[in-house]
Amino acid sequence: MQATSDTKPEGLSPPASTRLNEDGLRRDGRLERLALFGLSSPALILILVILVIPVGWLFYVSFVGADGSFSLENYERMINRKSYRRIFYTTFQVSFLTTGLCVLIGYPLAYFLSQLPDRLANIGLITVLLPFWTSLLVRTYAWLVLLQKQGLVNNWAISLGLWDEPIKMVHNMTGTLIGMVHIMLPFLILPVYGSMRAINRDLMKAASNLGAPPRRAFWDVFFPLTMPGLSAGALMVFILCLGFFVTPAVLGGGKVIMVSMKIVSNIELFVNWGAASALGVVLLVLTMIILWVASRFLKLESLAGGGHG
Amino acid sequence: MTQPTKDALPITVRNVTKTYGPVHALDDVSIDVHSGEFLTLLGPSGSGKTTLLMVLAGFTRPDCGSLKFGDTEVIRPPPHLRDLGMTFQSYALFPHMTVAGNVGYPLRLRKRPKAEIADRVARALDTVQLGGFGDRRIDQLSGGQRQRVAVARAIVFEPRILLMDEPLSALDKKLRDQMQIELRHLHEQLGMTTVYVTHDQREALTMSDRIAVVNHGRIMQLATPRDLYERPANRFVADFIGESTFLDVTRQGDGLAWNGMPLNLGHPVPEAPGLQLMIRPERIVMRDAPGEGFNIFDATATDVVYQGDSYLLHARLKDGTQIALRGPMRGGDALPQAGQPVTLGLAPEDTVVIDASDV
Repeated sequence: MQATSDTKPEGLSPPASTRLNEDGLRRDGRLERLALFGLSSPALILILVILVIPVGWLFYVSFVGADGSFSLENYERMINRKSYRRIFYTTFQVSFLTTGLCVLIGYPLAYFLSQLPDRLANIGLITVLLPFWTSLLVRTYAWLVLLQKQGLVNNWAISLGLWDEPIKMVHNMTGTLIGMVHIMLPFLILPVYGSMRAINRDLMKAASNLGAPPRRAFWDVFFPLTMPGLSAGALMVFILCLGFFVTPAVLGGGKVIMVSMKIVSNIELFVNWGAASALGVVLLVLTMIILWVASRFLKLESLAGGGHG
Repeated sequence: MTQPTKDALPITVRNVTKTYGPVHALDDVSIDVHSGEFLTLLGPSGSGKTTLLMVLAGFTRPDCGSLKFGDTEVIRPPPHLRDLGMTFQSYALFPHMTVAGNVGYPLRLRKRPKAEIADRVARALDTVQLGGFGDRRIDQLSGGQRQRVAVARAIVFEPRILLMDEPLSALDKKLRDQMQIELRHLHEQLGMTTVYVTHDQREALTMSDRIAVVNHGRIMQLATPRDLYERPANRFVADFIGESTFLDVTRQGDGLAWNGMPLNLGHPVPEAPGLQLMIRPERIVMRDAPGEGFNIFDATATDVVYQGDSYLLHARLKDGTQIALRGPMRGGDALPQAGQPVTLGLAPEDTVVIDASDV
């Protein structure tokens, strides 16, 4: 056969010395970066005005004493007064318990949802998220109505013979925890559900094929792969709890006093902006320390193979 | 569980049916896999080949039927008690464990001593040519390496049966060809009964002792690669394996004829109302003077494609049927131009007559 062909001539690159369009391309790149910065500048300015400046002012005020001069008295008070130590203790206690209960309730629920077929899982997720879209205040007061002495829960339980006397379920720790867990649950379920859905179903089949009974396969394979989602969710819940105000204020009935409530009373009752600011600063610093420690831990976790098969 | 050196086990499948609503994923399937055999389930997607594998592994519960490994009925025991190795299309390696962690997992489940586990993991990794990779993380491995780890994990506990679900489908062609040979060698070396699922007919032909062609939940034919290719039992198998042209033929006297032209046949003709002559592109030749006894077809070339090692000729027979012909390409060979008349010859031993009814 004749090797006739109509292929194009090859090797038509320009000599190495001419670099075509170099200046124009560089200018385009610079303009693109400028445009990107220009687009994000409104957000940057907003953050500066509503976040950086107030937080800076908060810092400043916390170091001003009652006489208007520089002083550490606002911080000394926190260390010396027993009531303050108690408030921090309560804050951490409520946050830990809420996080723990959210994990105990949320993880199995997320597991259940993740095993459903897509359509049912979506419906399930919407029911989990529905309360999310209702006002926080409305939900908190709803619990007040349900849990009070003459409330729905007590009346039904007594008429069903579960207990004889009305049980005190609000204006104490129990009520606070019920309300907090209910409000925080979606924050835990969403990331856990996400990490569960990302697990390749073949992994569980493989474990079982290699000889692992269902429980063993769960702890060896499934659970470790949900750890990134679980720690992210638990961290989110814990940090949100640390600064929570409405629910403990309404359902705690003054018996569960958290840092945020002390900040409010410092301002509203005692008009002591310095003391309130110092509490705010401590809360902020604590949160940042927890986030920092956790982010190192979480990063290691995801390096060890987060989620995807 | 003790792990003495084990012999391969035969697999006996009897009357297994699995329905999903009105769909028969498996329709009364019976099949015998011989001890130590490499058997491939080949079929288009949705044919039921994967369902059958999942029944063997215990992940799909059939409606009815019997499944024996050796003499033991295993249709009811759950997957973790079946003691068979398996590789998955997605490899299914545990991303939170190292390579050694993955390969050692089945041994840890069987509570083997640490030293023995380390030893056997090292040997299994050597077998798949991944010696020294034990400490790597899974996400540091290439697709081909992951495939090898999956194989090592499936063989490290010396199961007597190995199931493989499209193990090579995610690899590029070159690596796939290489892995086919390697898996084949591995099978010869270890000798375990292997059931392999693929939709790639070339892969099936390359690797298998026998191939079961599956369609609509039924076994269409179970035969050696050569028998399957050269003596397909029905139109589906003839169509699915290789490319072919089918010519409607009629009975004429004792023999068959195509468009009134008597055919010189090399094989007995099946009993069926409608018959077709199957012509493989590489079995029909283009020559000015084909050999003696050849069936001669006059045709017109419509399209000629040069493909490097060979050429592909499309031609139109006198009744309008398009026929494909593939021939070897040597330097200096002249190819016909489109529109030129060509003479095609088919040797009697290459005439394959099949039942035309579509199964």
